[in-house]
Amino acid sequence: MSDSANTIETFANQEYKWGFVTDIDSESIPRGLSEDVVRLISAKKNEPEWLLEWRLKAYRHWLKMVEPTWANVHYPKIDYNDIIYYAAPKSKKDGPQSLDDVDPELLKTYEKLGIPLQERAILAGVAVDAVFDSVSVATTFKAKLNDMGIIFGSFSEAVQNHPELVQQYLGSVVPTTDNFFAALNSAVFSDGSFCYIPKGVRCPMELSTYFRINAKDTGQFERTLIIADEGAYVSYLEGCTAPMRDTNQLHAAVVELVALDNAQIKYSTVQNWYPGDKEGKGGIYNFVTKRGACRGVNSKISWTQVETGSAITWKYPSCLLIGDNSVGEFYSVALTNNYQQADTGTKMIHIGKNTSSTIVSKGISAGHGQNTYRGGVKILKSATGARNYSQCDSMLLGDQCGAHTFPYLEVKNTSSTIEHEASTSKIGEDQIFYCKQRGISAEDAVSMIVHGFCKEVFKELPMEFAVEAQKLLGVSLEGSVG
Amino acid sequence: MALLEIKNLHATVGDREILKGIDLTIQAGEVHAIMGPNGSGKSTLAGVLAGRELYTVTEGEVRLDGKDLLEMAPEERARDGVFLAFQYPVEIPGVSNMYFLKAALNNIRKHRGEEELDAMDFLNLVREKMKLMEMDQTLLNRAVNTGFSGGEKKRNEIFQMAVLEPRLAILDETDSGLDIDALRTVAGGVNALRGPERSMIVVTHYQRLLNYIVPDYVHVLAEGRIVKSGGKELALELEETGYAGFGIFDEEEAVGKV
Repeated sequence: MSDSANTIETFANQEYKWGFVTDIDSESIPRGLSEDVVRLISAKKNEPEWLLEWRLKAYRHWLKMVEPTWANVHYPKIDYNDIIYYAAPKSKKDGPQSLDDVDPELLKTYEKLGIPLQERAILAGVAVDAVFDSVSVATTFKAKLNDMGIIFGSFSEAVQNHPELVQQYLGSVVPTTDNFFAALNSAVFSDGSFCYIPKGVRCPMELSTYFRINAKDTGQFERTLIIADEGAYVSYLEGCTAPMRDTNQLHAAVVELVALDNAQIKYSTVQNWYPGDKEGKGGIYNFVTKRGACRGVNSKISWTQVETGSAITWKYPSCLLIGDNSVGEFYSVALTNNYQQADTGTKMIHIGKNTSSTIVSKGISAGHGQNTYRGGVKILKSATGARNYSQCDSMLLGDQCGAHTFPYLEVKNTSSTIEHEASTSKIGEDQIFYCKQRGISAEDAVSMIVHGFCKEVFKELPMEFAVEAQKLLGVSLEGSVG
Repeated sequence: MALLEIKNLHATVGDREILKGIDLTIQAGEVHAIMGPNGSGKSTLAGVLAGRELYTVTEGEVRLDGKDLLEMAPEERARDGVFLAFQYPVEIPGVSNMYFLKAALNNIRKHRGEEELDAMDFLNLVREKMKLMEMDQTLLNRAVNTGFSGGEKKRNEIFQMAVLEPRLAILDETDSGLDIDALRTVAGGVNALRGPERSMIVVTHYQRLLNYIVPDYVHVLAEGRIVKSGGKELALELEETGYAGFGIFDEEEAVGKV
């Protein structure tokens, strides 16, 4: 093997640094799924009757649905009765009332992950909601945000404290019947983050949720709902990790965003679920439905995602551009190496007049990784003057991996403009040699070339996280020259 | 001790032997031109010296200051002062010229035991060198060679050389694709970098470049061997007679008719 091929090989063989397991007393319900399980979860969360009914409706519908097979991913059939649908760390009291009540073992876990939950230790300007297995264990800066009328915390709390908001918006963007995994999530979702920014308020800090799967054989089914009322602004970030295990674990989340008149939501994801080992054993199945509705005029929703983890990713953060002049954006870096598979992209549905959307997707494949971009742009008859720009670039590291692009376009009026650009490049031995000839090591060269490739997306991330994402990509592609 | 000493160098690409026993000694401060028709092995020699993986050395040795050059990885050679100006400079989208060059320089400085330059010092150094190459400052912020014209790419190579200050510079067909004005600028940059400590190997097909970069020695390469060596007048002689005058036949084109 040539030196450069060797570099690419070792580059692809990353170490997963977040793979530890926290030894903590946890309570979980028996394996399997039934109406009783749905009722049990709802009861554990002390939910109102309407929510239980909502779950049951979703469950009954799910039973009639068939798992989708159109994605360009391959995995053995999932036995949905072999999954534990609820696991939570046992707390001494009813639940942590403040950070002081949080199990020190949990605090340590998050510290190890680089997400300190003690407010004094946190990056100024970032509020964190920490979700551990099926429950939210802590939310920081809550009081400060409360003063501004911003509601930020666990979904379960929101159900108790702001049922009217939850009832109004839950399922309004992603209906329970939307798709197989969304229906499953609707039936068994356990926790997640809820965020409401009132009229005219600009959220002064980044809001962030950190998801951690710890318990074995459990699935994580979180639900996130963010509402930006008229003229509000919020920037939200989620991060995720999980222990290294030989068995696959299912993560089927639903995220709904609602932006009213003149509101803006910026949603960033750094997804680093355990990707499985070098032979493709274990890892998270990340089957996620994310959708935002730009309901109001001049509203804007922007998705930025850096997807480096998971054995399989199936995810299409989308925008419904309903309000006139509303704007949807999707910036994505998806990295697959070893035996990872990703089928990801976006849908932009233009409904209102003069709506515009931008799609920038960067796929990087290494090892035996398979990376698929799937994007849909639909411009309805009502969306006169709509504009879309799409750019999909793929980069291949080595010759065992694959990149695939499936753009779908549907335009129903003549006053719209659509631009689409796509490219595939192979990280060249030439490029690496050029760097080496200038004194730069092969490893630095590859990382430099990959970062250069992703730059357009990284610049969309909030500052601190752009740095984190770059580091993560560096680690994901770590492993020195042979 | 000679700066560079090449003894009986044989190299192959796949099964094909390209270099069939090269002997060449270069002292510090000397400029050597290597001329030859297409396929004679000029670029292979440049590539072997820089450590390109495409080539396999089957026999012979190369010493830089007495050190075994062939044992060293390409980046170690670079840090030790070997610089190759590429015939086809490579594009690296998204990586700014400035960032790239700063990483390169600091790697080399670290190797020399010098302190790494911070952004300000680096910028000052770079500004000075840009003047030398009559380069537009905006090139610094553009991605490495991306969307550069042929002339800009070649100029950028010599500019990098000016910043990195190598001990041994190998210019691989730096004149190809340049119009006469660009050729003058590039040659001017190269000449400004000549000095008692710096040696150069100028690889070219044509005599034209040597009007501007006047070599101390000229070697004629044919079928993987140096068939004739001499002073700068050898290049002129070559122009007169063509390679055919040396019994060398270039399948592609005649010499000197530029």
